[in-house]
Amino acid sequence: MGQLSLFGALRTVVARDITLAMRRRADVFTTLFFFIIAVTLFPLGVGPDPEMLRVIAPGVIWVAALLASMLALERLFSADYQDGTLEQLLLAPHPLSLLVLGKVLTHWLLTGVPLVLLSPLLGLQLGMDVPAIGLLMLTLLLGTPVLSLLGSVGAALTLGVRGGGVLVSLLVLPLYIPVLIFGAGAVEAQAVSVEFDAYLYLLGAFLAVSMFLAPLAASAALRISVE
Amino acid sequence: MNFLLSFSSPKTFYPLAGKLLPWFAGVAVLLIVLGLYLGFFVAPTDYKQGESYRIIFVHVAAAWMSMFIYVVMAGWSAAGMIWNTKLSDMMAGALAPTGALFSFIALWTGALWGKPTWGTYWIWDARLTSELILLFLYIGYIALRSAIDDPRRAARASALLAIVGVINIPIIYFSVRWWNTLHQGASVSPTMAPKMAETMLLAMFVMAVAFWVYTIAVVLARVRSEILERERNTAWVAELVLEKRK
Repeated sequence: MGQLSLFGALRTVVARDITLAMRRRADVFTTLFFFIIAVTLFPLGVGPDPEMLRVIAPGVIWVAALLASMLALERLFSADYQDGTLEQLLLAPHPLSLLVLGKVLTHWLLTGVPLVLLSPLLGLQLGMDVPAIGLLMLTLLLGTPVLSLLGSVGAALTLGVRGGGVLVSLLVLPLYIPVLIFGAGAVEAQAVSVEFDAYLYLLGAFLAVSMFLAPLAASAALRISVE
Repeated sequence: MNFLLSFSSPKTFYPLAGKLLPWFAGVAVLLIVLGLYLGFFVAPTDYKQGESYRIIFVHVAAAWMSMFIYVVMAGWSAAGMIWNTKLSDMMAGALAPTGALFSFIALWTGALWGKPTWGTYWIWDARLTSELILLFLYIGYIALRSAIDDPRRAARASALLAIVGVINIPIIYFSVRWWNTLHQGASVSPTMAPKMAETMLLAMFVMAVAFWVYTIAVVLARVRSEILERERNTAWVAELVLEKRK
């Protein structure tokens, strides 16, 4: 049997995880409905004043997206950990960080991308105008992969740990803060007609740095958790 | 290096820590008394803030320590990962509660100082917010450590978390600062007036050193009990216990 190329290995991991997720679609939808419900709660909590809702909309949608992405982290490694697949991945001749990157990519495709696609609907509900919604989608597109990448470190560290689900939020949410600030900040800056390019550049920088460092940290964490 | 590494064995470190502990504890008490005396009785009253400013002698030193301890903790974690020494991990673990304590003290005293000075207990100022996030990072670290039962895994997992955290701290700090300037929230800044009386500076310096020495004393005590707990099945601990019982 010939050995897979690096890209082939990445593609195999992504294809496998997507296939598995498609067999259990409910998991994907749970995250999305959480996102919708969480955003819906805000008008009920703070009142239906359209002016205020429009102001808080980017922040609310970003926080909800962040929590939804975090809730889905548990799926990232735990099933593979339980059925032993993870050990096989660790033994594979390919660099573990690459395989982790593949898993994170799938996680983003299954949670991040749907969140991005759903966000205009929620933006309209909260009274955002079209340019703001477009920018919101762009920031989510840049920011949600960072959430998945950072989250993979937390998910790997808490693998098989008692109370792992709650623990992961404690580890990961403080690290999400910069993404939240610049993601929601860009849309808010646009609302008051301030230059917002810098926010997008920073989000892009976070994405580039975390794409390099997070898989390394996550694979180190996996080795600690599985050994 | 080898000489230093020889102390990384819990067996040799335990008695050494025992000898050092009373000294550090004694010096810490002396310095805290001296620093508080200088701060509360000798330093002049601030012409703008009156007496309430005196809380900074506790506040500033605690805030410094809270940030510094995280870096030291990450340093011990890195050392533990590199040399695989058990003691480094115990040091890192023993530092975390003190770091969390200092960030809590810094936040609490800051709130008490803010009420008479700014008229509010809390503002979303960049420093306050990042201090709060630092407290969250400490709590996450402690939670992860206590959630994992196997000490070896707990050591390595928490070490990795501390290192990831220390890389993120500057990013978080600058994010919060830029966020704050965007929102144009606080026009007041928690920096003191640039000119400070020399006794004020001296008192602040003494308090900072005092907290340092206190941290060392507490960490030594914590590491000693951690050593006993982890090595309870070894021969030397059994001998120690027999000796104590005599």
